[in-house]
Amino acid sequence: MGKTISEKIISEHAGRELKAGDIAVVDVDVIMSHDGTGPLAVSQLKKMGFSMVRKPEKSIFFIDHASPSPRKELSNFHKGLRDFASQSGAKLSDVGEGICHQILVESYACPGDIIIGADSHTCTSGALGAFATGMGSTDTAVGYALAKTWLMVPRTIKVNFNGKINKGVFAKDLIIYLIGKITSDGATYRALEFGGEIIDELNIDDRFTISNMAVEAGAKTGIFPSDDITREYLKNHGRENCFRKIFADKDAEYEKVIDINCSVIEPMVSQPHTVDNALPVSSLEKIKINQVFIGTCTNGRLSDLRIAASILKGKKAASGVRLIVIPASREIYIKALKEGLLETFIESGAVVQPPGCGPCVGIHQGVPGDGEVCLSTQNRNFKGRMGNPDSFIYLGSPATAAWSSIKGYIADPREVL
Amino acid sequence: MAKDKSKNKILTGVSFKFGDDISTDLIAPGRLYHLRSNLPEMAKHVLEDADPGFADKVKPGDFVVGGRNFGLGSSREHAPAIMKIAGVGAVLAKSFARIFFRNSINVGLPALVCDTDKIDDGDELEISLKEGVINNKTRNLKVKFNPLPDVMIKILDDGGLAEHIKKNKGFNL
Repeated sequence: MGKTISEKIISEHAGRELKAGDIAVVDVDVIMSHDGTGPLAVSQLKKMGFSMVRKPEKSIFFIDHASPSPRKELSNFHKGLRDFASQSGAKLSDVGEGICHQILVESYACPGDIIIGADSHTCTSGALGAFATGMGSTDTAVGYALAKTWLMVPRTIKVNFNGKINKGVFAKDLIIYLIGKITSDGATYRALEFGGEIIDELNIDDRFTISNMAVEAGAKTGIFPSDDITREYLKNHGRENCFRKIFADKDAEYEKVIDINCSVIEPMVSQPHTVDNALPVSSLEKIKINQVFIGTCTNGRLSDLRIAASILKGKKAASGVRLIVIPASREIYIKALKEGLLETFIESGAVVQPPGCGPCVGIHQGVPGDGEVCLSTQNRNFKGRMGNPDSFIYLGSPATAAWSSIKGYIADPREVL
Repeated sequence: MAKDKSKNKILTGVSFKFGDDISTDLIAPGRLYHLRSNLPEMAKHVLEDADPGFADKVKPGDFVVGGRNFGLGSSREHAPAIMKIAGVGAVLAKSFARIFFRNSINVGLPALVCDTDKIDDGDELEISLKEGVINNKTRNLKVKFNPLPDVMIKILDDGGLAEHIKKNKGFNL
């Protein structure tokens, strides 16, 4: 019997043949945490008696969640990470560089890697053909110390995206549709492996969006096979040498195969307070919004900003709507600046903030007020996620977000595209 | 140090019942991010967005009992850590999100999968980790829970992952 992508990668890193359900200690290629989870990882490292990291060139501490720091406690977290990185030789990605998951794909993740990170959306790097998964601070601390972790080889659900993607429909709509269908625990303990007829039509940014949200169905990781699109992306980042082809065997054993007919998918939103509370935008009443946020590790990339800017060009956000735009990384920020996208956003009334997680995690840069509604391109909408349990978060694509900011209510981007 | 053989422990306490999809945002909210350096202080707010006042009501050893997909969302280990600091003896649910499940074991908080429809809010429970049975003394019935994988029992027996690594100078699973 052949192997799934996860079975292949984990077997290679364990040095023996493994199949779904097996448990093994494996080598880890990249280890990361951030200012929300890194301080606890550092204190666990110290508790275990480690003052160094095993693989400094691929051990990274990111300062992105509360960046720049809005209060002294968080400034001290940042200081602690800077000090530890400097002492241990680990890499530090400081204020303004961008969101951990974006910097990982730009500079660290390679096809076939095992990547662990103290953040649930570590699965984003799966878009490059890596086995990338989120863990807690202690597991990550052990990863930093030993460059090893223990894993159960997950069973795999194959998701085939077939048919044709309609105008006004984007990767975000596909993944919200999928999660709505299989629910927020439909892939718990499983790997999602993506494929299907239209996989070649998904650009790398689309794939990042889809892999990013695999965890919203409970998945351990969300993997794409690597191909010419992957190679091109790595080449553009001076990393073509780490490209290799990663794919499942033809006779790989899947727990389940889900065929998604993209032709029937419309622009989607997740309604409060769970991601699987998914509906087509067209079926909503006019839901008035107070804030729109375009950015995050899900949808803060150049193609996201381009589509949003193309809708906002020459138009203004509706009165009473605060529009916040945050590029996911410095690289994206500079490109968006050179293309004039940031100017378009600012002219439309947006607040453009520095690369980082922004208001997604509920710490700063746009916490909604009581009873307020925020439409965001982020990946989750749990009660309290954005810092106020008495606010309401809807999730949608950058196109839906941009058009809705102009209309003042959640609106279907097909009206303008 | 006395051997803490979790397999042999009997846990007793009262059930605090929650619904499905209790996210780590509800357990350890992002708005309290700045308290991550002061977990005893953060523990005073544990689960407050799901049940205001929970931290005042819970007594050492009591149980958090959820429905489906307990602990979904953010990987923040602070969530099970502050539950433990608040005195929670174990967390029971029909199913767990995987990162929360792993984190619970790593911080030494037993996370048990069982049919929580057989447990009401306020029920008095006695749990034998060795036998894999929850005795619901209030309703006079026994509920079985799924055994933990051996690797997790080893980690729990060592008092959590950090202690396991320290003791064995690496993995010994």
